[in-house]
Amino acid sequence: MKHTLSVLVENKPGVLARIAGLFRRRGFNIHSLAVAPTENPNLSKMIIVVDLEDKPLEQVEKQLHKLINVIKIQDFLPHEAVERELALIKVKATKENRSEIIQIADIFRAKIVDVSQDSLAIEVTGTEDKIDAIVALLKPYQIIDIARTGKIAVARGKK
Amino acid sequence: MKLTGAEAVVKALEMLGVTDIFGIPGGATLPLTDALSKSKKIKYYLMRHEQCAAHAADGYARATGRVGVCTATSGPGATNLVTGIANAYMDSIPVVAITGQVATTVIGTDAFQEADITGITLPIVKHSYLITDAREIPEVFAEAFYIASTGRPGPVVIDLPRDVQNQIINFKFPEHVNLPGYKPTLKGHVRQIKMAIEELMASERPVLFIGGGVINSGAHEEVKKLAESLKLPVAWTLMGKGAFPDEHELNMGMIGMHGTKTTNTAIMNSDLIFAVGVRFDDRATGNLKKFAPNARIVHIDIDPAEIGKNVKADVPIVGDARSVLAEINRIITEKESTKNNHFKWLEQIFEWKKKWPLKLPDTDDLTAQHVINTISKLAQNRDVLVTTGVGQHQMWTAQFFKLEKPRTFITSGGLGTMGFGFPAAIGAQVGCPEKLVIDIDGDGSFQMVLQDLGTVARYNLPVKVVIINNRYLGMVRQWQELFYGRRYYAVDLEKGSPDFVKLADAYGIKADVVENLSQLEEKVATMLEHKGPFILDARVKEEENVFPMVPAGASLDEIIGGD
Repeated sequence: MKHTLSVLVENKPGVLARIAGLFRRRGFNIHSLAVAPTENPNLSKMIIVVDLEDKPLEQVEKQLHKLINVIKIQDFLPHEAVERELALIKVKATKENRSEIIQIADIFRAKIVDVSQDSLAIEVTGTEDKIDAIVALLKPYQIIDIARTGKIAVARGKK
Repeated sequence: MKLTGAEAVVKALEMLGVTDIFGIPGGATLPLTDALSKSKKIKYYLMRHEQCAAHAADGYARATGRVGVCTATSGPGATNLVTGIANAYMDSIPVVAITGQVATTVIGTDAFQEADITGITLPIVKHSYLITDAREIPEVFAEAFYIASTGRPGPVVIDLPRDVQNQIINFKFPEHVNLPGYKPTLKGHVRQIKMAIEELMASERPVLFIGGGVINSGAHEEVKKLAESLKLPVAWTLMGKGAFPDEHELNMGMIGMHGTKTTNTAIMNSDLIFAVGVRFDDRATGNLKKFAPNARIVHIDIDPAEIGKNVKADVPIVGDARSVLAEINRIITEKESTKNNHFKWLEQIFEWKKKWPLKLPDTDDLTAQHVINTISKLAQNRDVLVTTGVGQHQMWTAQFFKLEKPRTFITSGGLGTMGFGFPAAIGAQVGCPEKLVIDIDGDGSFQMVLQDLGTVARYNLPVKVVIINNRYLGMVRQWQELFYGRRYYAVDLEKGSPDFVKLADAYGIKADVVENLSQLEEKVATMLEHKGPFILDARVKEEENVFPMVPAGASLDEIIGGD
């Protein structure tokens, strides 16, 4: 089962290595990871999606808390958080099928961010499922390159 | 105050109350070593191997309760500390390791004697620092000592590049440490404490189960008070030895693989395990699935991650063992609570104790058990502290050396580091110069660290080393005998071992050999009376096994021997 953890950490060198090392050593599997500084440059926010087969989530959180640089951990249940992912997808496009691809992008409210003789680059945001769906539709046109941010999330309401 | 980085380190160490450092200098710590040479408050103990420096700092910390400090140069010096750091981590011991590093300008270029020591030690430290600007020094040292010694203690590594040691800074020591991500919970939850007392009162077959956390937090008096006021039988882990007097009538002995039959049987029949400062390690619990099948579990520990990690706790209490037990004792005293629903259980336990005592082998040969028992007897009225290596001799010492105070039994519990005993004894003796420090060692363990006889000789440390010499890697041999059809392989140490008396003589250290039972008392007495360091080579029976024994993966009631 996948869990989304929002982890507030001190923005110091080596923090990412400490967290990645902890996950590796304790046998927790990272599905995706997104890191960037917060509005306070001394702090960073990590959104970690963990894949937990048999290890309890509680152990993951407690072990994370033991790291001196970890300040706060939130565990998001799906309905309690707004979750998004961003993807940039470069796909092969010919004169003949370019408008078809643009139509697909429109349906997903995606943006064309680059165009060339034989390719299109598409920017799409949404849930993981939505991005999986557009990727599936674009696949037949031949995807040249793809980059996904991994999930980011904030709690709904005041929390 | 303008200081170089190296001088700032020394100033910070002095302000933190450090008086002793164990280490070996090198290219990347030359500025630091020079600054240390000018300190009137700190004494530098030059070791013969960095691993021993780390173990000595560890032994010093366990003996005194203060932070142990070791230092090594960059690269190989630092990597030689690694085993010692891992050892301190596994047993939750406050150690600060200061390593030299190549200059910041060449870090990452595979420079001469460069090793990424903060990276290498990542999974075996409580925290670590790579200082890239000397202005961080006062704050980092204050934080490092605070982190190492509070909460669940552990080792902290501080990596100091060479150029940082020469940088001039304006030294200002922080008045307090502010770590937003580190706030250990000391006081137990009031409602949980009430529930724990209710469990205690309701149980008919309780066991008070204590470990290293009791010693770390100084909770031994509270343990004794609780045990005596409610008449609770006490079981301890290897790390908990000394936290409760060995000769106390409520003491059942050690738990686990080589624990007493009484303790292991009591655990399996108990209806309440009242666990304090233990982590339910596999050597203690045996097969976890079958551990204490009828018991509810109260678990008191300062580390929230230990609660629920191996066994599910019915009443978890996160907090400092001393603070939580003091609160429990206060409530019990206030309510004048007495417990009288478990007398049948107590009677049963006293009967087991009588039926299954730890017995000396019935032989005229000199055995390890005889040697340890005799030293224990003759040192009884002395202020004694015992260290051990790892293996059979370690288990026999846990079984037969009778101790009554915490911080008098120093052993490598979690990591099981052969060679720990001798350097730990060096550190303990430096920390406690008045104590009679005895390293009960194995011939295998001792040969991993014997170069530090040089350290003992140089500083004339009156450490007594007793080599339980069975010419084997005895514990491995025991397993080969019991579980591998007696196919002994790569365990025979007879060929190639030195004459320990001649070896000691080469270092100018007094030594003797004991070969039979009739000489034993006299030879041990001579050793104990000797003022300086002494080595006693006890040539014991070769194929003696440690019993009782719970085979790996078996449950505590599948115990072999002991009756």
